[in-house]
Amino acid sequence: MSMIFFPKSKKIITNYCKASLWDQLLLTMLCIFTLAITIATPVFAQDGTPTDDEVNRIAKQLYCPVCESTPLDVCPTEACRQWRDLIREMLARGKSEAEIKQYFVEHYGPQVLNEPPNRLVIYIVPIAAFLLGAFILFRGFQVWRKPITTESGSVKKEAKPVQDPYIAKLEEELKRRN
Amino acid sequence: MLANFGYGILFITFLVTLYSVFAAIYGESKKMPAMVESARRAMLLTWPLLTLTAGILIYLLVNNHFEVQFVYEVTSRSMPTYLKVTAWWGGQAGSLLFWSWLMSAFASLVTLRKWDRDRELLPWVILVACITMAFFIGMNVFFENPFAQLYQTSTAIEAHTFQPANSILFTPQDGRGLNPLLRHPGMVIHPPMLYLGFVSFVIPYAFAMAALITGRTDDRWIRLTRRWTLWAWLFLSFGLVLGGRWAYDVLGWGGYWGWDPVEIAAFMPWLTGTAFLHSVMIQEKRGMLKHWNMLLIILTYDLVIFGTFLTRSGVLSSVHAFAQSAIGPLFMGFVALTLVSSVGLIIYRWDSLRSETEMTSLLSREALFLLNNLMFISILVVCFWGVIFPLISELFTGQKVTVGPPFYERATGPLFATLMLLMGIAPLSAWGHSTVKTLGQTIWKPTAGAVIVTAIIFATYTRNVYAIIGFFLVAFVILVTLYEYWRGANARQKSQNENIFTSFWNLTGRNRRRYGGYIIHLSMMLMAIGILGIELFQVETQGTVQQGESLSLANYELRYKEIAQWDDLPSGVNYRRAVLDVYQDDQYLGQLVPRIDYYYDSQQNMTIPGQRSTMKDDLYVLLVDWEPASAAGATFKIYVNPLVNWLWLGSLLFLAGIIIAAWPERELEPVIVRANRHVQQTSAAD
Repeated sequence: MSMIFFPKSKKIITNYCKASLWDQLLLTMLCIFTLAITIATPVFAQDGTPTDDEVNRIAKQLYCPVCESTPLDVCPTEACRQWRDLIREMLARGKSEAEIKQYFVEHYGPQVLNEPPNRLVIYIVPIAAFLLGAFILFRGFQVWRKPITTESGSVKKEAKPVQDPYIAKLEEELKRRN
Repeated sequence: MLANFGYGILFITFLVTLYSVFAAIYGESKKMPAMVESARRAMLLTWPLLTLTAGILIYLLVNNHFEVQFVYEVTSRSMPTYLKVTAWWGGQAGSLLFWSWLMSAFASLVTLRKWDRDRELLPWVILVACITMAFFIGMNVFFENPFAQLYQTSTAIEAHTFQPANSILFTPQDGRGLNPLLRHPGMVIHPPMLYLGFVSFVIPYAFAMAALITGRTDDRWIRLTRRWTLWAWLFLSFGLVLGGRWAYDVLGWGGYWGWDPVEIAAFMPWLTGTAFLHSVMIQEKRGMLKHWNMLLIILTYDLVIFGTFLTRSGVLSSVHAFAQSAIGPLFMGFVALTLVSSVGLIIYRWDSLRSETEMTSLLSREALFLLNNLMFISILVVCFWGVIFPLISELFTGQKVTVGPPFYERATGPLFATLMLLMGIAPLSAWGHSTVKTLGQTIWKPTAGAVIVTAIIFATYTRNVYAIIGFFLVAFVILVTLYEYWRGANARQKSQNENIFTSFWNLTGRNRRRYGGYIIHLSMMLMAIGILGIELFQVETQGTVQQGESLSLANYELRYKEIAQWDDLPSGVNYRRAVLDVYQDDQYLGQLVPRIDYYYDSQQNMTIPGQRSTMKDDLYVLLVDWEPASAAGATFKIYVNPLVNWLWLGSLLFLAGIIIAAWPERELEPVIVRANRHVQQTSAAD
C-alpha cells in the first residue's frame, strides 16, 4: 500500500535495516525530532477559522484601546470581544501578525501596543541611569579608600584632647553593646 | 445634618494640625517647652477627632444615606454591612480620610513614647507629621469632601459642601454600589495593609528630618526608628503580596502582577524602603553613607505620597486628566516642596554627615550592600521611567503610548538576578575586610551545592537558559543562608554546649534582625521559585466546547459537565456557574467551578476562576463566555501555572521572618541602664 504513495520506501527501509545501530538511532531521533516540530508548530485549522489560542497569541501583545492597562486577550468587555473577533477574521483572511498589529495601530493609535514603537528612547534612560550609578559608586569607592584616611585621622587627633573619661567610658560601653 | 457635623469635625482637625505645626515651631524657637507640649497634645487630639469623623462617615455608609455623594458612589442597598464599612476606602475622598486617620494613629503612638532622651527631636517630629497630616486633611476639606451632599437646583443635581441658594437636598433611591472587583475579602485587607505601610514610613522620615534640623547627625534617628521601619516594611510588603493574591483570585487573567502603573506605584516605595533597610546597617556598623540614608528615606517618603496619589486617581491615563483634577497639581507641588526642602537640609548639614571610616575592600559587606543599593535604585529608575514615560511622550510628542510588561521584565530581569547573586555573597563577607581568599574559603561549598542542584534541575526539569540561571541563583542563596545558619548554630553548640535545636533557637533569638533577615532571604527565594515557574512555564489554551466535550492542556483534561444560571436577588447578583471534571493522565482529580458574577447595581462582570492548587502547579480555569439562549457551547480559558504556590508559601515564611526581625527586644533598656550606672560609678570614683 505504502508503495503506491512512496515508491522508494522499500529501498529506504532496507537501507535503514542495513545501517549500523548508531545510524539507526540517529535516523530515528531525526524522524522523531522532525515529527515533534511539525506537531508543535501551530497549524491553522483547515476550515479557515483560526482557534482561540491563535487569536489570543496576537491579542496578548495588544492593549485594550478603551480600558486602561488591560491586555486585549483578557479584557472582559464586549468591545474587546469584538476586537478579538476582528483579529480572528483578519487571521482567516490570511493577514500576518505584523499586519494585524499595524491595523490596530493605524485605527487606535500606538497605545494599543504593549511597548512604545520607538523602543530606544525608553530603554536608554534606565541603562544610562544604571551606568551613571555604577560610575558614581566606583568613584565613591576610590574616594573613600584614599583621602578620608587622613581626615578620620585628623578627627581622632582633635577628638582625643577634649574627650573626658566620662564620655570615653560611655562610648566604650556603647561600642561593646554593638 | 450629620454630614455637615462630620465636615465640621474634619475642618476642626485640620485647624488642630495647623496649630500643632505653629505651636511646635514657636515653642522651639522661643524655648517654651510648654508650647511644644501643647503641640504634642494637639497632635494627640487628631486621632480621636479623625476617629469621630470616620465614625460618622461609616454611619452614613452603613445606613444608606445616599444624599451624601460619597455614600451614593460606593455603596448600594444590596451590599452587606461589612462591605459598606470597607467601602470607606473604596473611593478617593474616603481613602484620603482613611490615610489621615491611620497617619494620626501612628503620630499619636509616636508621641506617647518616652521622649526623655530625645526631647530636642520632638518638636520637629511633630512638625513633619503634622504638616503631612494637614496636607491630607486639607485635601479632604477643600477638594475631596467625603461629606459633600447632593442638591437639586433648578438646572441640575450637584454635590456641594454647603447648600446652594434655591436648592433642595436630593436623595437617590439607591447607590451605585462598590465596584464588584473591590468586594473581595482580599480587597478588604489589601488597601489597609498598603496604607499602613505607606503611613508608617512617614515616621522614620519625620525622625530623619528632625535629626537634620537639630544637627543630631549621629545614627540616633536610625536606632530610634529601626523597628518602625521594619513594621512599615512589613505592612507594605504584605500589602503588595495581598494585592497580588487578590489579582490572582479575582481579576481573571491567570497572573498576580501585571506591571500596572498602580501596582508599580506601591512597589516603588518598597524598593527604596528595602534599600534603606540594608544601607542603614552600614551606617550603624561603620558610620558611613549618612547622606545616602537620608536621601533614601526622603525618597521613600515622597514615593509614598506619590504612590497614594497614583493609586487613587486616574491621572496616568492622560496628561489632560492630570491637569483637570484639582488634587493632581497639589500633590505634585507637595512632593516637590518636601523633596526640595529635605534635600536642602541634607546639603545644609553636608559636612556633619561625613563618613567616620573608610571603605577598605570591594568585597567587604558594606561594599556589597552598596551594590545592592545600586540595583534597587536601578529597578526604581526602570519603574519610575516606565510609569511616567507615557505622560512624557504625550506631553512632548502628542503621541499616546503604553509601557507594558515586556519593558519591565527585560529591564529589571538582570537587575533582580544580580540582587539574588548579592544576596548569596553578602552574608558570607565580613564587615570592613574581606578578600577573595577569605570569601572563597566560605563560598565554595554552597556554590558547589548549587551547581549540583542546578545540574539535577537541568537533567530532570528544564533546559530553559533563564530558568537554569534563576534556579541556580535560588539554590545558591538558599544554600548560603542555610550554611550561615548552620555555621552559627554549630559555633554556639560547641561554645555553649547546647543541642542543635536549642542553639538554632538561641542563635535566632540573640540576633533577631540578622537571622530574621535570613529567613526573609529564604522566603524571597521561595517566592522566586514561584515567579520563575509562572513567568517562564505558564501555558494556556482557550476553546469553546459543548457539554460532555473536553479541553486538554499539559497533561490535564477538563470535561465540561454542566452549567447553571440563577439570580440572587437580595444581593443583586446573577451567577453563571460551570462545572468541569478534571482528569490528569486519565485519572479523575475532582471538579472545578469557574463562574461569572454579574452585578446589577454597577453593571459589571466579575470572572472568578476555578482553581486547583498543588506545589507542582496550579490549574486555573475561567469561564470566558456562555449565552443561555445560544447553542454555541461554553468558552473556557485554561492556564497551567507551574510552581506558583511557592510564591504564596514564600510570603507566609516572609511574614514569619519579618516578625522575628521586628519583634521588640527586651535587652535594650536594661543595657542602657547598666551603661549609665557604670558611668556614674566611674564618675563617683573620680
